[in-house]
Amino acid sequence: MTDTHTGFGRMHRKEDARFIRGRGTYVDDVRLQGMLYGAVLHSPHAHARIISVDTSAAEAHPKVKAVITGETLASLNLAWMPTLSNDVQAVLATDKVRFQGQEVAFVVAEDHYSARDALELIDVDYEPLPVVADARRALDDDAPVIRDDVEGRTDNHIFDWEAGDRRRTDEVFAGADVVVAQDMLYPRVHPAPLETCGMVADMDKVTGKLTVWTTTQAPHAHRTLYALVAGLPEHKIRVISPDIGGGFGNKVGIYPGYVCAIVGSIVTGKPVKWMEDRSENLMTTSFARDYHMQGEIAATREGKILAVRVTTLADHGAFNGSAQPTRFPAGFFHVFTGSYDLEAAHCEVTGVYTNKAPGGVAYACSFRITEAVYLVERLVDVLAGELGVDPAELRLKNLLRPDQFPYTCATGWEYDSGDYAKTLRVALDMAGYDELRAEQAEKRAHGELMGIGLSFFTEAVGAGPRKHMDILGLGMADGAELRVHPTGKAVLRISVQSQGQGHETTFAQIVSQELGIPADDVEVVHGDTDQTPFGLGTYGSRSTPVSGAAAAVVTRKVRERARLVAGAMLEADPGDLEWEAGRWYVRGDQEAGVTIKDIAMAAHGNLELPEGVEGHLDATTVYNPPNLTYPYGAYICVVDVDPGTGKVSVRRFVAVDDCGVRINPMIVEGQVHGGLADGIGMALMQVMAFDDEGNHLGASFMDYLLPTSMECPSWELGETVTPSPHHPLGAKGVGESATVGSPVAVVNAVVDALKPYGVRHADMPLTPANVWRTIQGRPFRTDLAIT
Amino acid sequence: MQVPSHFEYERATGVEEVLALLAKYGPEARVVAGGHSLLPMMKLRLATPDALIDINDVSELSYIRVEGDELLIGALVRHAELLASPVVAEHFPIFRDAERVIADPIVRNRGTIGGSLCQADPSEDLSAAFAAVRATVVIRNADGSRTLPVREFHTGPYETEVGDGELLTEVRVPIRPGGSSAYEKVDRRAGDWPLAAAGAALWLDGGTVADVGIGLTAVGAKHFVAAEAEEYLRGRPADEDSFAEAGRIAAEHCDPVADQRGPADYKRHLAGELTTRVLRRAAERART
Amino acid sequence: MKITVTVNGQEYDRDVEPRLLLVHFLRDELGLTGTHWGCDTSNCGVCTVCLDGTPVKSCTVLAVMADGKSVRTVEGLEQDGELDPVQKGFVECHGLQCGFCTPGMLMTSRWLLDNNPDPSDHEVREAISGQLCRCTGYENIVRAVRWAAEHPGTSTSTSTSEEEVTA
Repeated sequence: MTDTHTGFGRMHRKEDARFIRGRGTYVDDVRLQGMLYGAVLHSPHAHARIISVDTSAAEAHPKVKAVITGETLASLNLAWMPTLSNDVQAVLATDKVRFQGQEVAFVVAEDHYSARDALELIDVDYEPLPVVADARRALDDDAPVIRDDVEGRTDNHIFDWEAGDRRRTDEVFAGADVVVAQDMLYPRVHPAPLETCGMVADMDKVTGKLTVWTTTQAPHAHRTLYALVAGLPEHKIRVISPDIGGGFGNKVGIYPGYVCAIVGSIVTGKPVKWMEDRSENLMTTSFARDYHMQGEIAATREGKILAVRVTTLADHGAFNGSAQPTRFPAGFFHVFTGSYDLEAAHCEVTGVYTNKAPGGVAYACSFRITEAVYLVERLVDVLAGELGVDPAELRLKNLLRPDQFPYTCATGWEYDSGDYAKTLRVALDMAGYDELRAEQAEKRAHGELMGIGLSFFTEAVGAGPRKHMDILGLGMADGAELRVHPTGKAVLRISVQSQGQGHETTFAQIVSQELGIPADDVEVVHGDTDQTPFGLGTYGSRSTPVSGAAAAVVTRKVRERARLVAGAMLEADPGDLEWEAGRWYVRGDQEAGVTIKDIAMAAHGNLELPEGVEGHLDATTVYNPPNLTYPYGAYICVVDVDPGTGKVSVRRFVAVDDCGVRINPMIVEGQVHGGLADGIGMALMQVMAFDDEGNHLGASFMDYLLPTSMECPSWELGETVTPSPHHPLGAKGVGESATVGSPVAVVNAVVDALKPYGVRHADMPLTPANVWRTIQGRPFRTDLAIT
Repeated sequence: MQVPSHFEYERATGVEEVLALLAKYGPEARVVAGGHSLLPMMKLRLATPDALIDINDVSELSYIRVEGDELLIGALVRHAELLASPVVAEHFPIFRDAERVIADPIVRNRGTIGGSLCQADPSEDLSAAFAAVRATVVIRNADGSRTLPVREFHTGPYETEVGDGELLTEVRVPIRPGGSSAYEKVDRRAGDWPLAAAGAALWLDGGTVADVGIGLTAVGAKHFVAAEAEEYLRGRPADEDSFAEAGRIAAEHCDPVADQRGPADYKRHLAGELTTRVLRRAAERART
Repeated sequence: MKITVTVNGQEYDRDVEPRLLLVHFLRDELGLTGTHWGCDTSNCGVCTVCLDGTPVKSCTVLAVMADGKSVRTVEGLEQDGELDPVQKGFVECHGLQCGFCTPGMLMTSRWLLDNNPDPSDHEVREAISGQLCRCTGYENIVRAVRWAAEHPGTSTSTSTSEEEVTA
């Protein structure tokens, strides 16, 4: 299945050839000579003092090569590591364990099974301590202090942060005809990629070079962090991120197991593999959300939305490992201004420690935008109910108009472009909105529960301008390198890494589009820090907005270099040359032209080049985005609810996305499909709840439910295209749009279905039990143990 | 990935051999067929048997046939086979209803009827379905075999009448004319364990309920049976009012516990709601 | 203990611990890493392979249980350089993204089409309902299987046991 496809448009993915044959190489597929296997011992307690750790029996196991504890690491000054939020996290616990599942010891053995066996031989004596599992109790006076490792700390408070103009917002609220308040919880969920996290670490003592194959979405950032954490020289660290079985934000952070694998390799002198099991993945690696929000919306009686304000309690777990640009402790939550022309907006966010796993990662949420969209789109629906108007009508009335762009919202974001009403109208037409409402009315008359839910979301993605955005001091600009070989075939090296997004195809298409050569003639190299330029990685929908732009810019640089060479070849002034797909020609003489292939050979040959032109055909660039990009979309979900059981069935889902220019529409649609399924999952079944003792109540796929083919309808997709004015390709990024926009559409649909019972809100997940209890007027906290 | 600890493994090809191996290894041996309940528990090290006796090749236990007025199901019959069986569908639509929602198609390819019953999970579906149709089970041991009603088979959560050195070999379902059956389960997602489920087998005499069996699972019903609702219904008109009242009684007499699938009051409600629904459906099927 | 397993038509003799899971036997003993694993509880289905022609979750089957039996994995789908229609369908319809669930999905899809050459969308959804995919939202997997049904071409049966092939 070779493809001569050139430029943008639908084309088969280049990476599929290996995947359909089972020839991908994921971390657990890596096998090295003499490789040993690691396994982590975890705490059964959510909060306990460690009295002693006895590893003697494990060490006596004939196949065990090393047992590493917090004490071992402390002697190497490695017991604690920095988090992505400038906090520290225990690699292996020394003083206390602070969440159930926390890493306590690491066994290295000859094989995987023996390593697991040896875990049972380690004897840890714990003294259990009182637990804070509910964020709403974390700041109580009598709450136990979780982070007493920090001297002088007397409470579980992490930060207070605000955005927007509080005074102005309060004034608008005070003067508004209608004010509606709604408390809501976006519960703790987990990205749960099907491949868990893991690493093969190989420290070569002779060369001093550490090579790791690891599940990372950000290989370059990881390399720098390992250099900082372990004190290893950065040029002696090579991070390879091979094929990755899904990331969704889970593989952004650095986890204790990675550090243990590296230490294990240093200690034993052999390569060490460590792969999480599923429970470890769900219990210890980065969760997402856990936002307790008290939202309010103000409007005129005629339905003009005036302002939104929100107070949020953010549960960050036992260590503040939240992944976001440094200056934004609540991520981009303050884009909760949504898609509307507000006079004022204000938020305050308080972060707290609890005895739960650390994290707070962008689970396909573009740094907390899914919480923001959930908040505003729920509030708009609540307001529609209060005003007695149709939620589509209310949105149409308040959406930003095309002439308002670029638009600076009340919390300071500069939205780049949009024609929102058009997109919503496309969605309403596709859904047959009026007919659906008529059907609903008829059904209600017979006691049947049918719901129609809308959401209109605006995201801010592509972080970001280095002036404002960094992670641990690393600016969020991305490099790219393009080299055209003498025969006209090209290699593009990029810093972002694919976890299924299809970069090898999309980025080849960018070069193809800009250079006029077939996409199959472009090899994309990624996921290896020794082979690629620096960049911050793949998350927050930033690959196309940042690295995609870098790829376009570097290709244009090559094209310009090619113009100079072509000038020499054609004996013409380069300024007199014109470009058409794949060739430069002399203006006014179409025949007198040379193709990129001709130019590439000449650039490497003996052609005399103009002064200042070095020869060869390559370029490098670093792209520093001038602004974020603002993809948006209109989603409509139709559900049926069984009033006798509370079971929700999603009947239809219409998604109209505007992500600007689409490089490969097939891949874009695939990204949207996956995000929609994720939205169904979060809205209806995914949750990690904890009981009073801090026990994790969703620690396997039996209890942490992901949607199957049976819960997902056949997605109905539409599109509008409003290019980003500042992105070189006009593209905006789409990786997380559907995950951001869809959960609230489902919730709005279910709440709409329950309208006959006077229901105006229900927290996710809308499991049958939750829906039935909501109908009864007795909802339960979905983030706690059900009693 | 989590992995089991050490054990010895024997593969048997006949029932006598299984019994001999059970005698040889004693009470710490476990019989394994599909392994979809046992192996995950062994990986989590919640089960650590000394020996596994694999009965996958005991083909003499792999049959579905009608003998006289009984449907006989060998313990090694896979869920997928029960689902696909035309003779089962003809006589007992309840199994088709249930099997469509037990685990998933790949697990059903491997999991067995005997394994499901012997695992005795309090949320297991077939236990309720077999209770509804008043099946009997055959247990073999060194001395021969014994039969007992499936309603006496389960002695508690994860506990059955199958003793040391014994093997469940067969389930027998009496075929009686004039009735039909149905099963309904509420889950959070395809492949999930039930939040609650109910099965009913109903025999009509004109407009009257001649006999009825009601099975419930995941709601703490004793022996998976809604005995009080059955008693109420027998001899009553097979109508909506009776079915609703039977549901109410079934709900009243079960004893669900809260967990992350739902609170107890909800599960109790489901016991009633689903009882009514399956009675209604079984009656509709019996009439057509 | 010593076992003999035929995998993708080739016979392998190995001495293994009884507790070795089939998925690890395939991956670690035979180097057939196309079969992945994703959970501990037989929920995710990424480890699905065909055992004597029937798809099973190989994380919940012991390698010793496969003694004397035949296994087919994703590596065995392509025959003499010709892709199976389900492999082609997944490419045509963008039925995969990260590729992690793909081998298991392909094995189930092949088995489904062997038993039901013209499945409805709903039948496809039911067949793959025990296998999770986090990327595609399932839509394009359904389309891919339908594509394969419409382009049967050179399909290869899920069974590689000689007995069944000649039966």
